[in-house]
Amino acid sequence: MEDPILTRLTPIFREVFDDDALVLKPEMTASDVDGWDSLAHIRLILSVQKAFGVKFSAVEMSRLKNVADLVALTKHKQTGGAVP
Amino acid sequence: MGESLYTELEWLPRPPEDFAQRCRALRELTGEAGREVRALASFALDENKLSRLAKAIEALRATSGALQPLTPFRVGIISNATSHFMVPALTATAARYGIALECVEANYGQLMQEALDTDSMINRARPDVVLLAIDYRGLALDVAMGNAGAVVDAVERALDELRLMRDAFRRNSGASCIFQTLARPVESSFGSLDLALPGTRRNVIDLFNRKLSNDLAGKEDLLLDVAGLAETVGLSAWHDPALWNIGKIPFANSYLPVYADLTCRLIAALRGKSRRCLVMDLDNTLWGGVIGDDGLEGIVLGQGDAQGEAFMTVQSAALALRERGIVLAISSKNNDEIARLPFRQHPEMLVRENHVAVFQANWNDKATNIRAIADELSLGLESLVFLDDNPAERRLVRDMLPEVAVPELPDDPAYYARTLLAAGYFEALVFSPEDQKRADFYQDNARRVTLQRSSGDLDAYLRSLDMTITFRPFDEIGRARIAQLINKSNQFNLTTQRYSEAQVREFEADPNCFTLQVRLIDMFGDNGMISVIICSCEADQWLIDTWLMSCRVLGRRVEQAVLQELVSHARNLGIVRIIGTYRATGRNRLVEDHYAKLGFTECPCQTEGSTLWSLDLSTYVDISLPMKVVSSPT
Repeated sequence: MEDPILTRLTPIFREVFDDDALVLKPEMTASDVDGWDSLAHIRLILSVQKAFGVKFSAVEMSRLKNVADLVALTKHKQTGGAVP
Repeated sequence: MGESLYTELEWLPRPPEDFAQRCRALRELTGEAGREVRALASFALDENKLSRLAKAIEALRATSGALQPLTPFRVGIISNATSHFMVPALTATAARYGIALECVEANYGQLMQEALDTDSMINRARPDVVLLAIDYRGLALDVAMGNAGAVVDAVERALDELRLMRDAFRRNSGASCIFQTLARPVESSFGSLDLALPGTRRNVIDLFNRKLSNDLAGKEDLLLDVAGLAETVGLSAWHDPALWNIGKIPFANSYLPVYADLTCRLIAALRGKSRRCLVMDLDNTLWGGVIGDDGLEGIVLGQGDAQGEAFMTVQSAALALRERGIVLAISSKNNDEIARLPFRQHPEMLVRENHVAVFQANWNDKATNIRAIADELSLGLESLVFLDDNPAERRLVRDMLPEVAVPELPDDPAYYARTLLAAGYFEALVFSPEDQKRADFYQDNARRVTLQRSSGDLDAYLRSLDMTITFRPFDEIGRARIAQLINKSNQFNLTTQRYSEAQVREFEADPNCFTLQVRLIDMFGDNGMISVIICSCEADQWLIDTWLMSCRVLGRRVEQAVLQELVSHARNLGIVRIIGTYRATGRNRLVEDHYAKLGFTECPCQTEGSTLWSLDLSTYVDISLPMKVVSSPT
């Protein structure tokens, strides 16, 4: 079964990258998605923060390597954790 | 409701479920897509949706004429921060105002170079305006604390830098500029002292903003009051230090939609697209309740009731707009005579018939009525704003007349005025000479008042307040407010008799009772009903059963005016003496000497906790009062 956070991230990715066919996979990186540049990355992070009601620090943002990292960080923040 | 009004653009309708599909469908549209682009832009769009729509607009731009009938406009953007985010937001938002906006962005941080180089990207593009999106970090405004001269110098230097850019852009591209005021950072140095001490950021930025708005903007160049927006939404929310560190993003992205809206309002105003007429519904928009069902005495309006005051706020906002030249019109589903009743007879109405240019009360649908209003005023539908509490009417007008702006309204009427004004429909670049003349007239009045106030003479001061006191016997319209005052006034209340609304109604008809409801208007506005008096007649004398007054008009000589009014009526009725009672309650010490001060004589006969006072009318001499008296016959 798909991770529930991954499921919730999918419409956010589709909205940010204006691609309703986008299918999110944990191993996906910026180079796999059309238009995922540094500015879109900031829009993505801001949208995720808003949707999940969480806040990431600059350090946390810079450590994100792929979608799986974003899922893990979001999950961690949701449960009230600090930086791992 | 609060901050979200501005982040969510709550005056705009929510985007539909199929927003993304409609954006995509734009690209397949053949011919003029401008109308559909504008319709999509007219929803409350967040940053992602703005980007989506902007992408579709960019795709359409490639085909010539595809954005018709939107008005083409080109803006150059220079910034000391990252301006990439602004581009899609501005492009999509401009369509909301009927503009096909094309943005030309300078390279990051290239401010002066872009202006001075005749071959720069912006100068080559020959934009209509250049937006100088510069925040406090982009100007050299750091000076030593405590040196007022250095502050003035630093501000002048910063303004000179902007002047230089402005002159260069005008010379090299023919464009005028949009200057931004600076939103000051929240971090303080000393605390409250920051405001006063020369050299603190707050002090320097305040001076800069004032001089920028006075000296640079307003002629050919425009002023975008970013500082005002940031203060409105809260400076601490506006500035996000983390975003600045991550990507040199000048303010929190959640405000990008409202920032873009504010900017596009200016551009729209420049192209003559600001709105000029406010069309208002009546029932539950200008007053609470339904005049046709509830009647004149049943509608909720006026001081002393939270809901009644909310509707007065709507009315005063409308009048303030009228003061600056906005035409007011009424569109109501009502019988004409009944709809006009409150305008003619309700004492708390602020908007009167003579303020209203077109009054459409009938049973036609509102779209038909609004079209008739536009015709009558020779205004285009795109000049109209329609204010209505009823979502169904709003929907209908939006569907039938998409050119008319129809703000969404929250459930609570307390926020109607704020929501209407937040939408910025009536953005103006200048205040025209005709409007100004009217303003001068008021200003003359204000000056006279200031002089009289400084004279130190109390009566002169009171006269300068421009007071009008109005006396009426109890009636149906005043009944609820009279009962309310009777039951809640404690301090200025001679006897603290409480009566129900039904009992108040009995006084109205009782031939042995003389009643007064008193209202006071002054230069600050209508104080509403401020005093209530009930006298009962006993042979050739009156006994004052109730005399109460609102404490907010203490010291205005209202008591003397009331007595004079009582005496004049009493004399006409052949009364020779007025008897007053003071009954101590522990809360009304304020009026212990009320009757003594008014020239009554204390009677020896008294009971525990009460004093009795008598005034022989043959000894009463009329006095001059510092107010205009309007007395309606009993």
